[in-house]
Amino acid sequence: MAASGELQLEKTEEGSLTVALGGSWKLGQELPSADDVLHALEGMPGTGRLAFDTRELTEWDSGLLIFLKPLREFCARKKIAIEESGLPQGARKLLALAAAVPAKKDARKAERKVSFLAHVGNETVDFFKAAGDMLAFIGDTVVAFLNLLRGKAQFRRTDLWLIVEACGGQALPIVSLICFLVGLILAFIGAIQLQLFGAQIYVADLVGIAMVRLMAAIMTGIVMAGRTGGAFAAQLGTMQVNQEIDALKTLGISPMEFLVLPRMLALALMMPLLCLYANVMGILGGMVVGVGMLDIGIIQYYSETAKAVNLWNLGIGLFSGIVFGVIVALSGCMRGMQCGRSASAVGDAATSAVVTAIVGIILSTAVITVMCNLLGI
Amino acid sequence: MAEKEAHITVRDLTMAYGDFVVMHDLSFTINRGDIFIIMGGSGCGKSTMMTILIGLKSPAKGQVFYGDVDFWGSDPPTRDRVIRRAGVMYQSGALWSSMTLAENIGLPLETYTDLSPARIREVVELKLALVGMAGFGEFYPSEISGGMQKRAGIARAMALDPEVLFFDEPSAGLDPVSAHRLDDLILELRESLDTTMVVVTHELASIFAIGSNSVFLDAAKRTMTATGSPKKLLAETSDPTLRLFLTRGEKS
Repeated sequence: MAASGELQLEKTEEGSLTVALGGSWKLGQELPSADDVLHALEGMPGTGRLAFDTRELTEWDSGLLIFLKPLREFCARKKIAIEESGLPQGARKLLALAAAVPAKKDARKAERKVSFLAHVGNETVDFFKAAGDMLAFIGDTVVAFLNLLRGKAQFRRTDLWLIVEACGGQALPIVSLICFLVGLILAFIGAIQLQLFGAQIYVADLVGIAMVRLMAAIMTGIVMAGRTGGAFAAQLGTMQVNQEIDALKTLGISPMEFLVLPRMLALALMMPLLCLYANVMGILGGMVVGVGMLDIGIIQYYSETAKAVNLWNLGIGLFSGIVFGVIVALSGCMRGMQCGRSASAVGDAATSAVVTAIVGIILSTAVITVMCNLLGI
Repeated sequence: MAEKEAHITVRDLTMAYGDFVVMHDLSFTINRGDIFIIMGGSGCGKSTMMTILIGLKSPAKGQVFYGDVDFWGSDPPTRDRVIRRAGVMYQSGALWSSMTLAENIGLPLETYTDLSPARIREVVELKLALVGMAGFGEFYPSEISGGMQKRAGIARAMALDPEVLFFDEPSAGLDPVSAHRLDDLILELRESLDTTMVVVTHELASIFAIGSNSVFLDAAKRTMTATGSPKKLLAETSDPTLRLFLTRGEKS
């Protein structure tokens, strides 16, 4: 096993420095640093020549080269002559190759530190630009939708049915689970309080109205945002990376009509159906608590629910469902089409789609609630 | 030799990404029936040039004329109509990954022609056979090799028998025999259909085999330094960068 690299400096006559290298100069070992030689050179301003003695050198690889490279650059700057005859021939050739093409000066993008105020300013400008992009996208979607109503939209029917299956039928298991559990939890929490007044029958009202009017749509919306919104963003984002969307554009096929419209239609059609299904699952969950924990009969629970939930609640719930479906589709598609051209950009697009969709869902719930209040429904 | 009629004219073009100017002051003419090579070192903006010609990116300055039509000065529907008469082959084929090859090539036909499905299938089979991929219609792009994806991309670009075909690095990644067959296909299409071809490439063998006209983009000077037939440029140029490029790095 060779000894690890050793370095010795010898000052010879007439202002020249000889660097003697010995032992094994391979990357994995502890090697002397070029700084030692550079310090020595700086300490001897009259030096005009640098020579190498590698008679004791047993083996070398890149470890030797990264030691020699800064020495070469320093000597070139300070106009000190280097005598390379003492170096192994392979090392000399590699060093020459590395120096053949001069380093590009402005290749790395300058990273400027911005002050906090400038940062806030940039973010504000970006925010307004993003809002503008979102409005433009919504506008394009409306134009595409109008084309659809006129019967002139260009998309493949098979695409529409495939998406319907993926976001409708295949979402049933998770919607069942989540909405059943939400109904159960609502009933459970309500039951504890209502039992204090002996009013536990009203659990049925609570679960029924909460689920049908609001919770089913919101929970389904959030599930679809994560499941489908992310999928749309990833699909369209990858298409953007592969230039598939460019290929559509240069063929004169509108990506809005071909890609976004079927997705929006599919979600707008499937969300109300999923909400209906979620309503049933939620009420079932409440029924489990009512029958199991509160000793309310099944028929009694059912008739109480039917009495409490009116058509207005159902209508608002379904309307919310359609709105949420459109929001999820738009967020997913918009982030997908705005995607950058790298793999990490696709991930960012998917994340952004889910966040945008959830924020949109909650905001529109607030708006719908205020409107219903004003209209007295 | 038929008199040359200008098909695409570029005047005082400057391409930029934000503040970063890729190339400036580009002016050249692509004539009908030319096989026009856009060549230059890596990173000189060849592919950016192509995106400007096909309408995907607007120039910072300058104009592009298709015949008499000022491409970037017109409204989007006019641009759409112009670019519909062009076919584009993207660097990795850019086939739509959720559709089979037959559906990929068939989509432009379905969209813009009134052909029956049976007829469309016949045309698709023909285009695939022209690029040496007969019988691969039912395969998905992920199921075929990179070189085959490129050839399928060319078949799709040719689907509507366009007036001008754009190729973005067609030979990159192809084995020598396929690259030669591709050169032959390009020459054959020019002979039989008089299609104008614009090829972005730095593959020397292809450049000399098929190029009838060219423009050289110098990455260091950030502008064009030569136009003309590649063979003539090789014989007559005194520009060292161009000479180095055309002789594959052997200074002669």
